[in-house]
Amino acid sequence: MTRLNSYRELEHLRQRLLEQRQTITTTVMVCGGTGCRTSNSQAVIDAVREELTSQGLDGSVRLCVTGCHGFCEQGPVVIIEPGNIFYCHVTPEDAFEIVYQTVMKGEVIERLLYEDPVSGERFKTEGEIPFYKAQDRRILSRNRLVDPCSIEDYIAAGGYSALPIVLNGMTPQNIVNEIKASGLRGRGGGGFPTGRKWAECMEAPGDEKYVICNADEGDPGAYMDRCVLEGNPHLVLEGMMVGARAVGASKGYIYVRNEYPLAVKNSRIAVEQARELGLLGNNILGTSFSFDVEIARGGGAFVCGESTALMASIEGKVGEPRPKDVHTVVDGLYHQPTTLNNVETWANVPAIILNGSSWFASEGTKGSKGTKILSLTGRVKNTGLVEVAMGTSIREVVFDIGGGSANGNKIRAVQTGGPSGGCLPLDKFDLAVDFDVLAEAGSMIGSGGMVVMDEETCMVDVAKYFLTFLQDESCGKCLPCRVGIDRMLEIITDITEGRGRMEQLDLLEELGDTISQTALCGLGRTAPNPVLSTLRYFRPEYEAHIKEKRCPAGVCKALITYRIDPDKCTGCGVCLRSCVHGAITGQKKEVHVIDTQLCQKCGVCRSECKFDAVQVV
Amino acid sequence: MPLQALDQILEGRRSQPNQLIEVLQDVQKSYGYIPREAIESVSKGLGVPLIEVYRVASFYKAFKLKPSGKHVLTMCAGTACHVRGSGLLLDHAVSQLGVKPGEVTPDGLFSIEHVNCLGACALGPIIAENGSYHHHVTPAKLRKLIETLRSQEVEDAHYDQAQQLPRTRTPAPAAP
Repeated sequence: MTRLNSYRELEHLRQRLLEQRQTITTTVMVCGGTGCRTSNSQAVIDAVREELTSQGLDGSVRLCVTGCHGFCEQGPVVIIEPGNIFYCHVTPEDAFEIVYQTVMKGEVIERLLYEDPVSGERFKTEGEIPFYKAQDRRILSRNRLVDPCSIEDYIAAGGYSALPIVLNGMTPQNIVNEIKASGLRGRGGGGFPTGRKWAECMEAPGDEKYVICNADEGDPGAYMDRCVLEGNPHLVLEGMMVGARAVGASKGYIYVRNEYPLAVKNSRIAVEQARELGLLGNNILGTSFSFDVEIARGGGAFVCGESTALMASIEGKVGEPRPKDVHTVVDGLYHQPTTLNNVETWANVPAIILNGSSWFASEGTKGSKGTKILSLTGRVKNTGLVEVAMGTSIREVVFDIGGGSANGNKIRAVQTGGPSGGCLPLDKFDLAVDFDVLAEAGSMIGSGGMVVMDEETCMVDVAKYFLTFLQDESCGKCLPCRVGIDRMLEIITDITEGRGRMEQLDLLEELGDTISQTALCGLGRTAPNPVLSTLRYFRPEYEAHIKEKRCPAGVCKALITYRIDPDKCTGCGVCLRSCVHGAITGQKKEVHVIDTQLCQKCGVCRSECKFDAVQVV
Repeated sequence: MPLQALDQILEGRRSQPNQLIEVLQDVQKSYGYIPREAIESVSKGLGVPLIEVYRVASFYKAFKLKPSGKHVLTMCAGTACHVRGSGLLLDHAVSQLGVKPGEVTPDGLFSIEHVNCLGACALGPIIAENGSYHHHVTPAKLRKLIETLRSQEVEDAHYDQAQQLPRTRTPAPAAP
């Protein structure tokens, strides 16, 4: 590829790519995101490619291995254009039929269409499926247009169009004003107004300034940043270029989790390709603007999601936060002014420049503009990545898009915001996805994790889970976080193991308040949220653990026993053979019995039993 | 330990302390863990005090100071996996293999790792076996996975014996 030296050359390249693609009559898009790869989409990709070659269709049909389409539960997903035909749970054996019937003859294969689990209705196109219908996929829909490893795809789909605009005609002040006017707020958790952050960094004195993309998605249970960076890395890069131009940075970093190998690989390829075309490097598109990006791999520490810890990590140091008396926009990476935004925030930027701030602000609420990607997971039917306009109610997300309960159990709560957020009960489901609304209710949007919980989820156990996580992830620098979380965990463990006392509940609240007020960084200050929010909304459940020594959800091991229902047991012996502790006895075709002394409550027998005879009481 | 590989990793990064984490990532990728000799060489190569290299290598979860088993079972402990019962899976792996997370079975075949999130939350619980993901895992599926891996090993051992080949084994854990 030759280096582009002007806007005109970029436009010429775009036109040439579009002309080259005029011979293409059909595009087969196979999801190559991590979710679908887990469901073996690589074999589907290989099979479709082989089939297209053997039918001699290489020239007229384009196979596009894309990033995540969002509906991970239904993977591997294949979409065929024209027609927007959506096939799910595709296997390599289906490749012949897809190519022969759908690609060559235009016929739809009924059995591969998505079937609504409630009505049994089958939907032909992506747009008709309830999961997609209620969404507003401004960012995610772009994943399906491009192969993340192809800068040509991105350019042909209109990519890098915001770059000439900011280089030609917009002053840094104009760019900052546009972002300010859009009302964009940080998507990583804090919700800080992006325009204000950029303005402060732009005004801060410094010889060298930096922009950083935070792709160290530490929130367990959220993976939207992974999918955006993995599926459309050039979109993130373009956002960073706009930001760098605005604040005056010449160097950028993408700090990405090493646990996301595909995101590391795709972002590296994207940077290389952009350098080759001269979209990164010196004198970009023949202007005086010079900017380059490096990929820095994280080391798997949750605290590195905190800005100062992340910057220490890029410097090759231990990821410990420092007091932020002077903000990182003034004194950041290598003590220089630094703008740090998360993946989703950067991904929103190019469209704001292209379509204007009022377009962006046309969606959303008064204080939260645009759309938000949520990672809808847990005990809900349709799990996956969901993008909705800010202001959409939790109910719509969980029931209309998520399809409600996965197994007929009653849904009772949703956890938002990960370890810094909280649990909201069913009667709060009318609350809107909005930075301020959720914060007021004792939770937060956070990075967008939304874990649905039902009656088999124990809220005390969830609080314990997050405390265990946070205690493990606390860097240990400040006392409130290091010791405070430890003490809270000690109390919660007592409660889940039947040693709890009622007065400990007040102590938990007191400890939580103290930690929130005194910890050094965001991790510590928000650490008590999961406990405080569950105490606020699910206190009776704590009381059942303490007063009745009972775990209503049947989760806390010390308070439950496994037994075999004699009416259901057929004496098949599967549980007996699967029990590694030798706790099950019984003769063939006779009712089996669990020895509660030997039983370790590992749950193997329960998941092996085909007759639902093993119960938790 | 082949020092040549280490030289390659350090190539172009010498005397750049900010490259410490990147270098350690590459060391880990090449050797499967961070050997003591590597810590010493990295310290010299980058000009970072030994104690600081050790501090960084022991601070970040990504770095292991001991070698892993031949089959690494990475158990996802993310929230989405947790509410779908990943805790039971961990307990089960621990009791079936007789080792805790971070330890290696005496035959060097298995080790368990416990990570905060593998990022395939919609398909949880997730377990990765040497990097290949298994989704919607139940205790029963995990039991079968471990049994399958074990029986493969036995078959391979028979094959190797028949061919009179020396068995390749992971080195025993180095002293901490």
